[in-house]
Amino acid sequence: MNSEVRPGTKVVLGIITAFIAVWLIAPMFIVFPLSFTDDASFQFPPRAWSTRWYESFFTNPQWTDALRNSAIIGTLVAIIAATLGTITALAINRSKSRLSGTVQAIMLTPLIIPPIIAGAGIYTFFLKTDLVGTIFGFVLVHVTLALPLVVIAVNASLSGYDRSLELAAASLGAGRLTTFVTVTVPLILPGILAGVVFAFVTSFDEVIVAQFMVSPALQTLPMMMYTSVTRTTDPTIAAAAALVLGAVLLAFGLYQFVVVPLTRRSRGRTSV
Amino acid sequence: MTKEAILDLQGLSKSYDDSIAVDNIDLSILPGEFLTFLGPSGSGKTTTLNLIAGFVEPTAGSMLLNGAPLEKMPAHERNLGVVFQHYALFPHMTVTDNVAYPLKQRKFTAAKRAEAVRDVLKMVRLEKYASRYPAQLSGGQQQRVALARAIVYRPPILLMDEPLGALDKKLREWLQMELRRIHRELGSTFIYVTHDQEEALTLSDRIAVFNEGRIEQIGTGKELYDEPNTLFVGKFIGESSVFEGSMTDGRFHAGGKEYWGSGTVRDGPAALLVRPEKLSISDEAGSTLPEDLTNWVIGEIEDIVFVGSGMKYTVNTAIGGAVAHVPAERAVDTHIGDHVRVAWHPQDAKLLPA
Ligand SMILES: Nc1ncnc2c1ncn2[C@@H]1O[C@H](COP(=O)(O)OP(=O)(O)OP(=O)(O)O)[C@@H](O)[C@H]1O
Ligand SMILES: [Mg+2]
Repeated sequence: MNSEVRPGTKVVLGIITAFIAVWLIAPMFIVFPLSFTDDASFQFPPRAWSTRWYESFFTNPQWTDALRNSAIIGTLVAIIAATLGTITALAINRSKSRLSGTVQAIMLTPLIIPPIIAGAGIYTFFLKTDLVGTIFGFVLVHVTLALPLVVIAVNASLSGYDRSLELAAASLGAGRLTTFVTVTVPLILPGILAGVVFAFVTSFDEVIVAQFMVSPALQTLPMMMYTSVTRTTDPTIAAAAALVLGAVLLAFGLYQFVVVPLTRRSRGRTSV
Repeated sequence: MTKEAILDLQGLSKSYDDSIAVDNIDLSILPGEFLTFLGPSGSGKTTTLNLIAGFVEPTAGSMLLNGAPLEKMPAHERNLGVVFQHYALFPHMTVTDNVAYPLKQRKFTAAKRAEAVRDVLKMVRLEKYASRYPAQLSGGQQQRVALARAIVYRPPILLMDEPLGALDKKLREWLQMELRRIHRELGSTFIYVTHDQEEALTLSDRIAVFNEGRIEQIGTGKELYDEPNTLFVGKFIGESSVFEGSMTDGRFHAGGKEYWGSGTVRDGPAALLVRPEKLSISDEAGSTLPEDLTNWVIGEIEDIVFVGSGMKYTVNTAIGGAVAHVPAERAVDTHIGDHVRVAWHPQDAKLLPA
C-alpha cells in the first residue's frame, strides 16, 4: 500500500485540503479577534484591542455561574458517560447473544433522533418529575446524548484488541479484575479517552435540548450565549464563544497531541 | 515400573453443541517428561491443552494435579505456564514488564523480580532486549519472551500450543534445540502441541497421537514408529507402505496372495504396513534378491528421487502404493515406468486392522 502520489495530484490535493481547512477554522479566526475588540459592537476587523469583554464576562455572575454549571455538568457527563459507555461497548463486544446487534442499534438511537424532538419529549417528562433546571437533570440528558459516541469510540479500539491476552494474563496468575485493570483498560484507553473528550464536548456546547431544561436558577454557558445573542449585541458573547471554543480545542488538543502519542508505542500489534 | 503421575486425566471430555472436541481421554503425565500431543487439524489437541490450562470447562471427566482435583480451580489459580502460538505478549509493556507480570501477581519484591527477570532473560538469550516493546522484536524473539514469561515463576507444568507454528523452518529448528536445552535445565514437565511429526519426534520423550478427539496411542517416537497399534498411527508417524487386503480364518490375503506380518487381527478388512527402509527393489523375477524375501508384490515405478543417503522409489502396486528407501549401494538400475518386484521380510511387516 506504499504507492507514491504523483506530484500533480499532490498539488491538487494540497489546494483542496487547504481550502477545507480554512473553511473549517474560519469561524475561529473571527471569534478570537472579535473577543478582544475595544468596540461595543461586532465590528470586524476590530479598530482597537482590549480585554474588557473578558473582564465583563468574569465580573458578571450570570456568565460565571453559567460557565461553572457547564463545567460541572460537562465533567460529570464525561466521567459517567465514559464509564457506562465503556462497559456497554465491552458487553456488546463480548456477548454471544444474537440480541447484541439489536442492543448496539438501540444504543446509537440518540445520534439519530433529532435533538429538538428529544428535547420536547424530555421536557414533558422532566416537568412532571421536577428535574427541569437541575444539574442532575442536565447530566442525565447529556449522558444519554454522549453515550453513543463513547460506545463508538471504545468499540473502535476493541476491534484491534486481542482477547487471548486475557487468557495469557489468567495463566500468569491474574484474576479477572487485575486483568481488566492491567491489560484491558490500558489497551483500550485511547478509545475511552476519546469517549471522554467527545462526551465533555457534547455536553459543553449542547444548546438545543438545553433550551427545554434551563430555568432562571440554572443556566448553561451555551444557553446564556444563545439568549444573549438574540437580545443584545454585547461582545461579551464573543469572549464567551472564545472560551467555549478554547475549551473544546484544548480537549481535542490534549487527546491528539498527548494521549495519542503516549499510546501509539503500544499500538503495534504483536500477533500476525 | 510406573512413576507417580504429576497430572492425571481421567475420562476427560469436552463437547460443543454439534461436535465432540475431546472424547473420553485417559492420560497420565509423568513428572519431568516432554510430552507432545500430535495429531491432524481438529483432532482436539488445543481443546485438551485448554482444558488443562482452565480456559475451557470439561463436560465430563476429572483432572488431578499431584493428586488434587484441578477441574474446579479457576485458570489463574492453577499455577501452570502457557505459551501461545501467537505469543500473546502484552503490547503496552516492555519485555521486562511482560516477564515480571506473573511475579507481580505472586507478590515478589522488586529486588527479587529484577533478579528473576534477569536470570530468565539470560536463559532465553534476550538480556539485550529487556527494555524493548514486543512490537520492536522479531517473531522468534517474541516467542522467547513469551517462553521466559511462562517459566519465570517455575510452574511445575509448561503448556505450549504450536509455539513455533508461526516461524520459518530454520528458526523453528534452532528454537527446537533451545527448547530441549531449557527443558533439561528446568527439569519441569512440558506438554507440547504440534501437528508436525518431525517436530514431535525431535522434541519429545513421549508422543500422544490424537485422532478425532481420542488418543490413538501413546509412547516414545520409536515405539510408535516400530509398533503402531493402528493404521492411523502408522501412517501419521514417518513414511510407510500400506498394502490393503482382508483377514479370513486368521490369514491375511491381498490381491489374491497370502502375506505374513506381526500382530494379530480379527477377520475383516486389514492392512499390512511396512517402513520404507525395510523394502527392497528388484527386477520382476527378483533375481537380485535373497531367497528368504518371501513377501513381494509387482508394481510400476511412479517416481525415483535421489535423497542423499540413497534412492527413494514410489511404486504403484495392485494392493496399494509403496515407498521404498534403498541405500545407495543396493540401488538398482531402473527407470520410471519399469515394472519391478517390491519385497520384504515377513517380520518387518505389521498387520493392522483397516
Ligand atoms: N468453541 C468451539 N465451539 C465449537 N466447536 C469447537 C470449539 N472449539 C473447538 N471446536 C471443535 O473441536 C474440535 C477440536 O478442535 P481443536 O482446536 O482442539 O483441534 P486441534 O487439534 O487443536 O487442531 P489444530 O491442529 O487445527 O489446531 C474441532 O472439530 C473444532 O471444530
Ligand atoms: Mg490447535
